[in-house]
Amino acid sequence: MTSLAQLSLFEQAIIVFAALALFSSFVMLAQTRVLPLIYAFAWQGVLLALVTALVAYVSGHPHLYISAALTLALKVFLIPWLLHRLAMQLRIHLEAERIVHPSLLLLAGGGLVIFSYYIALPIVQRSGLATRNTIAVSIAIVLIGMLVMIARKKAVAQVVGFMSIENGLFFAAVVSTYGMPLIVELGVAFDVLVAAILFGVFFFHMRESFDTLDVDQLTRLSEAREPEAPHEASGAAPAGPAR
Amino acid sequence: MNLLETTLATPLAGAVLLALIGHRRAGGWVNVGVSAITFVASLAMALNVFENGPQLSTDRLFYIDAFNVYLVALTAFVGMTTSIFSRPYMRHEVERGRVSDRRMRLYLSMYQGFLFAMLLALSTNNLGILWVAMEAATLATVLLVSLYRTPESIEAAWKYFILCGVGIAQALFGTVLVYFAAGQRLGIGRDDTLLWTVLYGAAGSLDPTVLSLAFVFLLVGYGTKVGLVPLHNWLPDAHSEGPTPMSAVLSGLLLNVALYALVRLKMLVDASLNTPLAGYLMMGFGLLSFMVAGLFLHRQHDIKRMFSYSSIEHMGLMTYAFGLGGPLATFGALLHMTVHSLTKSAIFVTVGHAAQLAGTQRIDRIRGLIRTQPAVGWGLLVGTIAIAGFPPFGVFTSEFLLLTATMKSFPWLAVPLLVGFGVAFAGLFRHLHPMVYGAPPPGQAPVRANMVPVAVHLILVLWLGLSIPKFLADWFSQATVLISGASPL
Repeated sequence: MTSLAQLSLFEQAIIVFAALALFSSFVMLAQTRVLPLIYAFAWQGVLLALVTALVAYVSGHPHLYISAALTLALKVFLIPWLLHRLAMQLRIHLEAERIVHPSLLLLAGGGLVIFSYYIALPIVQRSGLATRNTIAVSIAIVLIGMLVMIARKKAVAQVVGFMSIENGLFFAAVVSTYGMPLIVELGVAFDVLVAAILFGVFFFHMRESFDTLDVDQLTRLSEAREPEAPHEASGAAPAGPAR
Repeated sequence: MNLLETTLATPLAGAVLLALIGHRRAGGWVNVGVSAITFVASLAMALNVFENGPQLSTDRLFYIDAFNVYLVALTAFVGMTTSIFSRPYMRHEVERGRVSDRRMRLYLSMYQGFLFAMLLALSTNNLGILWVAMEAATLATVLLVSLYRTPESIEAAWKYFILCGVGIAQALFGTVLVYFAAGQRLGIGRDDTLLWTVLYGAAGSLDPTVLSLAFVFLLVGYGTKVGLVPLHNWLPDAHSEGPTPMSAVLSGLLLNVALYALVRLKMLVDASLNTPLAGYLMMGFGLLSFMVAGLFLHRQHDIKRMFSYSSIEHMGLMTYAFGLGGPLATFGALLHMTVHSLTKSAIFVTVGHAAQLAGTQRIDRIRGLIRTQPAVGWGLLVGTIAIAGFPPFGVFTSEFLLLTATMKSFPWLAVPLLVGFGVAFAGLFRHLHPMVYGAPPPGQAPVRANMVPVAVHLILVLWLGLSIPKFLADWFSQATVLISGASPL
C-alpha cells in the first residue's frame, strides 16, 4: 500500500469522504430519534455523490457524473423527503427508540469494519484502481446497514438501514469497478425508488393494523404458534377499510 | 427476435392496460387474454429456438438458449392457466367483500407486472438486469401478499419485503464482484462485461478467488429467493397469506426463476474455478433445505403453509441436483423444475377452492372435501399424490433420476435422500387423509370452481411420468448439454 502523501489531492479527498460516509453509518446505528436519523441518511447520500463525482473526475469516466447526479436526486432529496413527510404525517417525528446496549452495538459496528477489511483483501490485492483503499469501507457500510436492520425495532430505522445497504452497494460498485453499466444503474435506481414508495404505503398499513410502527409487534406468524390464535380465512376477518 | 419482443411487451402492456380498467368486470377476461397471447408468443419462440439454436438480440441485451427458453415457456404457460383460475376465484373474493374494486385493479395490473419481471429476468443477457428484474418481481408481489390487509398478511408482506430485499442485496454485491473480475481481465468501465455471452466466453480466464467470493454472495442472495434453509423464513408466510393465485405463481414460478439465476452463475463460476466448490455449496444448502422442510411439513396447521414448506423441500432437492451436476442429475433437475411447477400450481389452485368452501385455511377444519365437492377433493388427493412422488406421475420420474445420479456419484447421500422422501411423504399424508375423506361439517356447500387448469396440469404431469415426449426430451437434453457439458441421452 502507498502512503497517503503519495496520493494525489483528489485521491486523498476520496478517502476522506469515504471515511465520513462510514462515520454516517455509525451515526445511523446509534441515532435514536427519527428525524436526525433521516438527516444522517441524507448526509451519507451527499458524501456518496461527492465521492462519485470525484472518482468520475479522477478516472475520466464521464458516465459516473450521471450516477452522482442520480444519487444526489434520489438519496439526498427524494427519499429523505419522502421519509420526512411520512414521519410528519404519521406523527412519529418526535418519537425516540430505546436501544438496549448502545455501546455494544457500536463496538459490533467497529468489529464489522475490521471484518470488511479482511473480506476486501483479495479484491484490493487484485485491483489497480486509485480507489481500491475504500472498497473495505463500502463493504462495511453494507454490513452496518444490516446491523441497523437487525438491532433496531422501528420500521423507519429498518427502512433507513435498508437504504444504507443500497448506498454501500452503490459505493462498492463505484470504487471497485468505476460503477456498473449505466442501464443497470438506472434499473437499480428505479427499484430503489419503487421500494421507497412501497415502504411508505406499508407504514400506513402497519399503523392501521397494529397501531404502531414497532416491528416487534409483528409476531403473529411463526412456527411456534398453536392453532388457537384467531386465523381465519373467512369473510369474518377484518378486511380493513377500502381506500 | 420479434417473438421475444412480443413475449415481453405483452405482459408489460397488459399491466398498464389493467391498471386502467382492472376494476371492471371484464378485467379478469383481459388478464386471461393477455396471458394467453404471452404464452402463444413464448411457445412460438421456444420452437424457433429449438430448431435454430441460441439467439442473441442485435443490441445484445437478450439472449435465449435452450435452458431459459423452456423456463420462459413454462412461466408463460403457468401464468396463463393461473389467470384462468384467478378470474372466478377473485370474483368470489370480491363478492365476499374481502377485496375492493380498487385492489382488484392493483391485483390484476401487478399480476401482469410480475409475469413481465420474471420473463425479463429469464431472457436478459445482462447479469445486472437479471438482478434488477428479480428485485422488481419482489416489488410487484409485495403488495399482493398484503392484498387482504389483515394483520397477518401485512406482517407476511413486510417480512417478505425486508428479508428478500436484504437477501437479494447480497446478490447485487456478488454481481459487482463478477463485474470486477471481468473488469480485471477485459478492461475496466466497459459496458458489455456484465453480459452473459461475454462473461461465459471469458470465464476460463476470470480470477477464481474473486469469483468464489462472488458466488458465496450470489448464493446467499438468490438462495434467499429460492427459499433455501436457513434463509427461508419469509417463504411460508408470503405464500400462505396472499390470495391463492399469487401463491400458485410464487411457488410455481418465482422460485424457479431465482434458481435459474443461481444455476447460470454456477456455470460461470465452474468454468473459472475448475473445482466443484460451487456445486458442493449448492448440494449442502439444497440437502439441508430438503430435510428441514420435510420435517416442518409435520407440524403445520395451515394448508397453504404446509404446501409452501413442500415447495421449499422441492426447491432444496433441485438445488441439490444442480449442485451435483453431471448430465443425469441436471436432466432430472430440469424435469423436476417442470413437474414441480405444474403440480404445485395445480395444488394451490385446488387448495384455494378447498379453503373457499371450508371458509378457512386451517387444516383441522377442512373436512370431507370429496363428499362436498368431488372435483376439489379428488384434485387435492391426486395433486398431493403427484407431489409426494408416487409413480406414475412425473415427480416420481425426476426423483428417481436424481436418486440414480446420487447413487452413481455419492452413494452414501442416497440414505438422507430416501429418508427425506419418506418424511415428506408422511408429513403430507397425515394431514391430507382427514381433509379429503370423512364427513363434511354441516352446511358445507360446493363453490363455483374451475378445475380445468388443475386437470390439464395433472394430466401433463402424468404424461411426463409415463413417457416424456421426444421433442421435450431433446429439449431438456439440449439444456443439459448447455449446463453440464454432456448429453444424458
